[in-house]
Amino acid sequence: MMKRYDAIKRIVESTDDEFIISNIGFPSRELFGIKDRKNTFYMSGSMGMATPIGLGLSLALEQNQDDRKVIVIDGDGSLLMNFGELVTVYAQNPSNLIIALIDNEAYGSTGSQETYASRINLSNIAKSIGFNEVYYIDAKNSVDDIDMQDYVNKKGPVFLHIKVNPGNSDAPIIDLTPSKIKNRFMKQIHE
Amino acid sequence: MDSTDVIYNGLKNAGINFIVSVPCANLKKLLNLIDDDDDIKHVPVTREEEGFGICAGAYMGGMKPAILMQNSGLGNSVNVLASLNKLYNFPILMIISHRGTFGEGVYGQIPMSKATTKVLDSLDIIYHKVDNPNDAEEIVEKAWNLSKISEEPIALLFDINYWKRSVNDEKI
Repeated sequence: MMKRYDAIKRIVESTDDEFIISNIGFPSRELFGIKDRKNTFYMSGSMGMATPIGLGLSLALEQNQDDRKVIVIDGDGSLLMNFGELVTVYAQNPSNLIIALIDNEAYGSTGSQETYASRINLSNIAKSIGFNEVYYIDAKNSVDDIDMQDYVNKKGPVFLHIKVNPGNSDAPIIDLTPSKIKNRFMKQIHE
Repeated sequence: MDSTDVIYNGLKNAGINFIVSVPCANLKKLLNLIDDDDDIKHVPVTREEEGFGICAGAYMGGMKPAILMQNSGLGNSVNVLASLNKLYNFPILMIISHRGTFGEGVYGQIPMSKATTKVLDSLDIIYHKVDNPNDAEEIVEKAWNLSKISEEPIALLFDINYWKRSVNDEKI
């Protein structure tokens, strides 16, 4: 029974020096507990903003002819909160952005209340918006198929839809201040 | 030169090179000027809240961000302003068309019009009402500079009459 934690672990283990923007709540805490990296931005507080932050960074890197990649670890509840962002990503068409959507059909950080992701197919929605690079991994029983290196060199934007079971791990609180998270992340970008 | 040109000049002088927007009738000309400017990356967004998130990412990537919006969009953006911009200290210049002020013809604009400065005060965001187009160029540049060094959002409010005034109008 694979959960978000297992998927995040595979994502970060198969990530090289790509920038990661990680989603509010347990996803960031789980990521921090698995492997703290200076080029991870742990978002806290603004649900639904992980993908927009990733999009802004992707566009800035493109403007500055910087060919590094951006991976957003987003969630189904967060995506549903700001659904228009998928349309903006498609319309802006960044080639360097990978949205790794971990879909556990639940608001995980608040007690695993069911989301409407259980009733719809988010991959099909991404396809119908027009995304060319849409991938689905059923990781409910195994996360072995998750390898971010399969996606980082695609001409994005990539929508990687990973289905897991709901539930949180015993993740630590992130003992970094927001300014520290931002400043060390920016240092990685600009040095 | 009109009341829009001076805002555009201020943005250019400030070095703003990344702009997100949700349109307002009073921002129409400014949006066209920005679209025609190859040195400014313009990203129309579906909702102002999303725009603040995009600008935070762009700032980390080295861009100088601004948002063009109507004051109604402030209501859509309260949490992101508090929990992203203020929490992480992200600067952004907010160019806000303040609808629902004297001269408004749409009653739907009035409730958010009255709430606008109170919402900004609640969020502890510095704002300035720009009345005189003769001052706008300088104020826009100074507002970005203050945003940058304070690492906080700063809002400039342009009411309905602002857009009707002309530059060098002695009656102001």
